[in-house]
Amino acid sequence: MKEEVLNIKATETQSFRQFDLKKKTRIGESVIQALLFFAGILSVLTTVAIVYELGKEAMLFFGNPDVTFAKFFGETKWQPGIGQYGIWALVSATLTTSAIAISISLPLGLAAAIYLSEYASPKARGILKPVLEILAGIPTVVYGYFALLFVTPILQNIFGDNIQVYNMLSAGLVMGIMILPLISSMSEDALSAVPRSLREAAYAMGATKLESSLQVVLPAALSGIGAALILGISRAVGETMIVAVASGAGPNFSFNPLEAAETMTGHIARISGGDLSYNSIDYTSLFAIALMLFLVTLVLNLISQYIVNRFRERYE
Amino acid sequence: MNQRHDHFPEGADFNASLRNRYRVATIWQTIFLSALLIAIIALTALLYNVVDGAFGFIAYEYKDDPAEFTSTPVNELTKDELLVILKENLSSGAYNKLENEQPMQERSQADLLTLFLERLVRIDTKGTWSMTDSLLRGDEIRVEVAEKYPDAILEFRSWLTPQFLTTPMSSKAEFAGVRTAILGSLWMVGLAILFALPIGTGAAIYLQEYAPKGWLTSIIQTNINNLAGVPSIVYGMLGLAVFVRTLEAFTSGSMFGVTDSNGRTVLSAGLTMGILVLPLIIINAQEAIKAVPDSLRQAAYGVGATRWQTIWHHVLPNALPGILTGSILAISRALGETAPLIVVGASTFISIDPDGPFSKFTALPIQIYQWTTRAQSEFHAIAASAIIVLLILLLTLNATAILLRNRYQRKY
Amino acid sequence: MQNTRTYAIESNDLSIHYGTFTAVRGVNLKIERQKITAIIGPSGCGKSTLLRSFNRMNDFVPGCYATGELLLQGQNLYSKDIDPVEVRRKIGMVFQKPNPFPKSIYENIAWGARINGFKGKMDDLVEQSLRSAALWEEVKDKLQESAYALSGGQQQRLCIARTIAIQPEIILMDEPASALDPISTLRIEELMQELKKNYTILIVTHNMQQAARASDYTAMMMIDDQRAGGVIEFDETKSIFTRPKDKRTEDYVTGRFG
Ligand SMILES: Nc1ncnc2c1ncn2[C@@H]1O[C@H](COP(=O)(O)OP(=O)(O)OP(=O)(O)O)[C@@H](O)[C@H]1O
Ligand SMILES: [Mg+2]
Repeated sequence: MKEEVLNIKATETQSFRQFDLKKKTRIGESVIQALLFFAGILSVLTTVAIVYELGKEAMLFFGNPDVTFAKFFGETKWQPGIGQYGIWALVSATLTTSAIAISISLPLGLAAAIYLSEYASPKARGILKPVLEILAGIPTVVYGYFALLFVTPILQNIFGDNIQVYNMLSAGLVMGIMILPLISSMSEDALSAVPRSLREAAYAMGATKLESSLQVVLPAALSGIGAALILGISRAVGETMIVAVASGAGPNFSFNPLEAAETMTGHIARISGGDLSYNSIDYTSLFAIALMLFLVTLVLNLISQYIVNRFRERYE
Repeated sequence: MNQRHDHFPEGADFNASLRNRYRVATIWQTIFLSALLIAIIALTALLYNVVDGAFGFIAYEYKDDPAEFTSTPVNELTKDELLVILKENLSSGAYNKLENEQPMQERSQADLLTLFLERLVRIDTKGTWSMTDSLLRGDEIRVEVAEKYPDAILEFRSWLTPQFLTTPMSSKAEFAGVRTAILGSLWMVGLAILFALPIGTGAAIYLQEYAPKGWLTSIIQTNINNLAGVPSIVYGMLGLAVFVRTLEAFTSGSMFGVTDSNGRTVLSAGLTMGILVLPLIIINAQEAIKAVPDSLRQAAYGVGATRWQTIWHHVLPNALPGILTGSILAISRALGETAPLIVVGASTFISIDPDGPFSKFTALPIQIYQWTTRAQSEFHAIAASAIIVLLILLLTLNATAILLRNRYQRKY
Repeated sequence: MQNTRTYAIESNDLSIHYGTFTAVRGVNLKIERQKITAIIGPSGCGKSTLLRSFNRMNDFVPGCYATGELLLQGQNLYSKDIDPVEVRRKIGMVFQKPNPFPKSIYENIAWGARINGFKGKMDDLVEQSLRSAALWEEVKDKLQESAYALSGGQQQRLCIARTIAIQPEIILMDEPASALDPISTLRIEELMQELKKNYTILIVTHNMQQAARASDYTAMMMIDDQRAGGVIEFDETKSIFTRPKDKRTEDYVTGRFG
């Protein structure tokens, strides 16, 4: 009934034939694996290159006998061309705009996350989530336009002459909107990672939804929310275009949100956009700033990632 | 055991306290929801603000009276009339140059009219108004303009026109377009993806399919996650140091005999952007590869496939939609990035189309930045128009990504 | 024919470890050619682990390694110079859950043959493999349709056909019928009887009747006090089910276990 079988399959005698199971050299396989490994390692090379290149130029900057760490971290005027090396002139603006941004995005992002994870019906989520996703997808230069030409005029109406055309408040507020989706989506992940059983435990003890959300779920998700906050700060510190457009061109040691001041990122963008001769102190100083930015954001990102991983382990 | 009720409110007391608890709950729920409403309002305001800027009144005067060139009213000029006027009044050098760019006969009436207005009568803009102002305060504006500039023409203008897309840069906002910028963006993104897609996919395959568990792998993985969070301007600095400066011979094309360029080319920008989106592509590709079930790999290994045969014939084809979706998202990211382009030196004023990797270039977001930071309001109007172009581009890309994702959703 | 006492595959003191945990310890089996050998035993005793070690599928589990010997024609499959890809080509595997490729029925069979350098007429090979797996009549008119459109039982027979197509020496089956309904299960069992004319079959099963009905030899596995599984009894199926030597085997096959 199944004679064909015999044709394709060795008969009993044939099946005693010896076969060789020795390793074959598969050059193609090895070459491909080597290439793939190289692709994987390239990202590490990127980091090495960042540290090396930024470090090299930054060393040139700090190698200048006129530049001392005391001046760099101790003074409040920044104009390397004429011997002023106080990074605080830029850091103050970075801190101010970031603080404003976070004070907007943290409460809003968290509230949005709680609503989405604890309250929203699937249908409401279907409408609300895309709004946040669109906000997250808008290029930052567009936010810059919005800050300068929409928010600033409104602020001018409110504060009148007390506020400058370019000001940190407008940039910070808009940056807050920009970061909101990041904080809300990370917080939402943290909240929904809290096991159902914990919520049910709270309900079973007669808690209302709010009591369960705020007193049981939220504390359980706190470290994940902390990670969101830290990543948000990192994003704010590194954000360039909003501040480059709206917060002002020119270092100014000030924490007054109504004043114009230039952040570290804004400064790099403005100076490097002009004609810049390599080896000038202006050029090398930018790398010193960039290196600081890189290190600060790196540490923040690492902490945030560490927290997220710990958090994940706990509930998995 | 009958003590247990003593300290809890009962009956009416309990109901009252419960009602109170519910009231507090409702208040908080409203607060939570209002955060989302604020987000919606912000998004609406932003979009409205952009559209508002791209349409509206413009008041302008002619520097030279059109009557000096022709008796026909400007709006009624035909193509033939315009050809004659331009031939007669432009210097022969300027005319030949235009003829070389594109023969005058082949140009449309609208193009010729633009040339006429730009080169001969020359528009002098006195003011522009937003769409809302133009619609709500139209009469006021008319009166105001009539008083201040009795000779001015006031008309409602859409700054976003088909011509806006096809004309190159100009120093006059009224005649500027985004053609050069769009082409620059496309070149830049094209080069970036050419670089990042194969390498990113390769890295993802390595990490998911080959990498042994161990310190090296976990360093690579942590590193990729971190690179995704490095500020984009830092990538710009990297690009400036490595591509623009160190590899100038390569990125300027002088290695290949191109002479009139330095390292600030679209190639440098593309490579920089490629490195910037690389972590994004890797992470997305990893997710896509992870989603391919192990049973499929086992099936392939079970019939005597090698690792690469398994990957190439089964893992990759099934992960492809996910990888493509990730690349589209990376493209969107690269299209909107501005800071690194500023740093690696996109040209701020350039009207020649990029025609190769060694061209100087500008890009859409660079133009938006430039125009937004100009003082004159007519530049804000074209910034708004350019933003609309950029947003539509991004929207199209993301819609494609979503379609792709839904269409090829999990089949196992 | 003087070689009839050569076994299809033999293990000598074979142990399999997941990192520091030894899942299977000291297995000595001599598997007869062209016979069906069943591996039975309670859940978690290492049946799948042992079976997968026979064609080195465990290589893909990080941290998993084997000690001892596994001999195919006198070659130790775990010696350094052995190519696991070649091993899997000679020892095919059918998995617990049917796992056809998300491709056409035809491609499901042709692919394995093609990557292994099959040079004959592919159409014939596909047809013969499908016939051998008793699937031809059901699918001959829709060879180009997706394999996912088949029923679970058909999919499993397709997986068997796919394995036959590369003409292995031995076919490993890990609970091949556990995801199938009784009718499909019976068909797989009939199919095994056909296949054993040409192949050596090793099958893991939880189903005692299946083992009793379908197999010629049976290996009974059980975990020891360190949770490592081992073969406690290996004999002709008849003996195992009628007069087991080990009390634990008796308890298990008669359902008195645990
Ligand atoms: N990938 C793995 N990593 C670590 N331990 C494993 C792995 N797979 C199986 N084990 C362990 O090895 C032992 C044997 O597992 P195995 O799957 O071989 O059992 P089994 O007899 O096939 O069970 P079942 O009848 O339930 O399929 C179990 O203790 C199991 O926990
Ligand atoms: Mg098993």
